[in-house]
Amino acid sequence: MIRFLIKGLFRDRHRSLFPVITVTVGVTITVVLHCWITGVMGDFIDFNARFTTGHVKVVTRAYAENLEQRPIDLALLDTKAIVDSLKEQWPGYDWVQRIGFGGILDAPDSLGETRAQGPAMGFGIDLLSPETDEIGRMGIRDGLASGKLPERPGDILISDQFAHHLGVGPGDRVTLLTSTMYGAMAMQNFTIAGTVNFGIELMDRGAMIADLSDMQATLDMQDAAGEILGIAKNHRYQETVLAQMSDAFNKQWTDPEDEFSAVMLPLYEQNNLKSLIEYTSGMIGLMIFVFVLAMCVVLWNAGLIGGLRRYGEIGVRLAIGENKGHLYRAMILESVAIGICGTIAGTAIGLGLSWLLQTYGINVGDVMKNATMMIPDTFRADITPPAYFIGFIPGLFATVVGTSLSGIGIYRRQTASLFKELEA
Amino acid sequence: MNGHLITISNLFKHFPMGKGHFTALKDISLNFDEGEFTGIVGPSGSGKTTLLNIIGSLDSPSEGSAVVMGQDIATLTLKAAARLRKRHLGFIFQTYNLLPVYNVFENVEFPLLLLRMSAYERKKAVMHALEWVGLGDKTGSRPKQLSGGECQRVAIARAIVKKPAIVLADEPTANLDAANSHHILKTMSTLNRELKTTFIFATHDDKVIQYLKRKITLEDGKVAKDEMTAGS
Repeated sequence: MIRFLIKGLFRDRHRSLFPVITVTVGVTITVVLHCWITGVMGDFIDFNARFTTGHVKVVTRAYAENLEQRPIDLALLDTKAIVDSLKEQWPGYDWVQRIGFGGILDAPDSLGETRAQGPAMGFGIDLLSPETDEIGRMGIRDGLASGKLPERPGDILISDQFAHHLGVGPGDRVTLLTSTMYGAMAMQNFTIAGTVNFGIELMDRGAMIADLSDMQATLDMQDAAGEILGIAKNHRYQETVLAQMSDAFNKQWTDPEDEFSAVMLPLYEQNNLKSLIEYTSGMIGLMIFVFVLAMCVVLWNAGLIGGLRRYGEIGVRLAIGENKGHLYRAMILESVAIGICGTIAGTAIGLGLSWLLQTYGINVGDVMKNATMMIPDTFRADITPPAYFIGFIPGLFATVVGTSLSGIGIYRRQTASLFKELEA
Repeated sequence: MNGHLITISNLFKHFPMGKGHFTALKDISLNFDEGEFTGIVGPSGSGKTTLLNIIGSLDSPSEGSAVVMGQDIATLTLKAAARLRKRHLGFIFQTYNLLPVYNVFENVEFPLLLLRMSAYERKKAVMHALEWVGLGDKTGSRPKQLSGGECQRVAIARAIVKKPAIVLADEPTANLDAANSHHILKTMSTLNRELKTTFIFATHDDKVIQYLKRKITLEDGKVAKDEMTAGS
C-alpha cells in the first residue's frame, strides 16, 4: 500500500512537486538564515574576544566599573604573577596583557613642528616577545597595508586610514601625547613600522598599536596592565564554562573591600553583549517559529487545494471501503515523504548557499562607517552541525501539521452524498 | 441471515429541509437474493440513489431496517460500514471515477490492497478481472488513454476484482453511446451469470432495463412495481 501511495504521489506533480518546492524553499531559507546568524554572531563574538573583551577579562574592580573608559589609572598591578597563576589554572586559554589608552598622535614637519594631529585609539599589546600570538590574533599580518611588522622597541603600527589622514607612512616618526597611569603628561616618539587595514571600521579610523613594554614604560606602568584577556585556544564561546571560570577566579582573587583587587568578567558581562547574544538567540528561535508557522499555513492551503483536486479520488476510496482514519493516515504518510524530500533538497541547497556565504562573505564596511561597536567589515555564514538538521523542524513539522489541518476535511465528508458528488 | 442477501423492511429515509423534513423513501420492504440482476428504476427524485446509498452502507435508514450480508446498516459504525463495503460491495459510477495517476492494472488492484492480499494473489485477481472485461492488453494504459467504454469496463473490473457478493451501479451507461452501453451490459450480465454476483442498478436507461431480470419501480419514494422481466 505504501509503495502504491508513493507511486501515485510522485506521478502527480501537483500533489508532490508544488509541496516539495514549498518545503525546499522554506528549508533553504531556514538553513541559510541559521548559518548566517550563527556566522555573524560567531564573528561578532570572536572579534570582540580577540580585540577587546577576551572570552574572559581580568581587571581591577574599579576598572570594571568604568570599563568603557579603559582608565589606566585603575590598572592591575603585579600582572606577571596573575598571568602565571591564570596560565597554570586554565591552560586551555591564552592569557595576554593589554593596555588600552587614548592620546593624540602628532606628525611633525621637517622642522619638528606639528604638521598634522589626530586622536588615537591605542593598544599596548605584546608585539615583540618570541612566544607572542598577538599579531595573528589581531589580524595584523593579514591586514598589513604597507611597511613591515614592528621588529624593535619604539616601532608602532597605525591604521592605514589614519596614516593617510596624518600624511605619514612607514619609517616616519610620530609623537604620542598622553597621560601616565599616575596622571602625569607623557610624550613619546615612535617610528611607524607599517600601516594596517584592520577590517574593523572603528579601528581603521584611528588605531595605534605599540609593544606592551614600550607602553608600560611610556605610561609608567611597570608590571602593570589595564587588562588581562583570556582567549580560548579553541575559539569556542561557551557561556557556562566562562561563568564557572569567573566564579572560581573571583572567589580566589576578588576582595569586596579592595577596589584594586582583581575581578574576572566573562565576555557576556561586557559591553552589553549578554543582551545582544540573548537577543540573537531569541531571533533565531523566532525566525524558525515564523517559518514553521508560515509554511504550515502555506502547506495547509496547498493541502486544501490538493484536497479539492483529489475530491473524486478521496470519494472513490471512501466508497470502495477505505476508512477515513486510514485515508487520513495515508495523507500524513504522503506529507512525511514530501517533507523528507523537501528537507533534504532544501538542506542541500541551503548548505551550498551557506558555504558560499562562509567562503566569500558579505562586505558591510560602507554601512558600518560610523559604527562605534567592534564589528568586522565582512560578515560570513558559519556552517555548524545543527545546520545539517535544523531544516527538519520546519520541513517535516510544517508539512505534517499543514496536512493534518487540511486532511480534517476527510472526516467531514458525508459518505451519503458520495454517489451524487462523484457523478457531478 | 434469513436466507436473503439483502432484507429491507419498512424503511423510511428523511432528509432535513427547512424546519421540517423531506421523505425520500417511504415504507420500503424488499428482499434481494444471490445472483440477481436487478434494476431500481424511476424518474429523477424517486429515491433510487438514496436506496442504493443505504444498501451500499453509505447512508443509514431513518426508520425501519436494511440488513445487508447479515449486518444491520442502521447500527453499523463508520468503520464497520467501511469494512462491509471493502469486503462485500463493489461500486460502479456513472463517471467511472478512475484514479488518473494510476494505470489500468493499478486502478483495479486498489481494492485488493485494502484487503491486504499478497502481490501474487493481487496480480492473479487483477488479470482475471481484466480478462473478464476484455482489457487484458491494456494493463499499462492510463485512464486518459482509454475511451469512455473502456474506462467503464475498468471500473467494472475494479468493482468485481475482489469478487464481492453485491455490485451497486448508479446509472452505469449514462455517459456511454448505445454500442458501448450494450457491451458493458453484456459484460455485467456474463459476470452475473458466471460469478453469481448480485448486480443492483439505479437507472432510467431503457438499454439497461432490457437486460434486467427484475425491475423495481420507485415513484415518490414508494415501490410502485416489483416485477420479474423478460431478461430473466
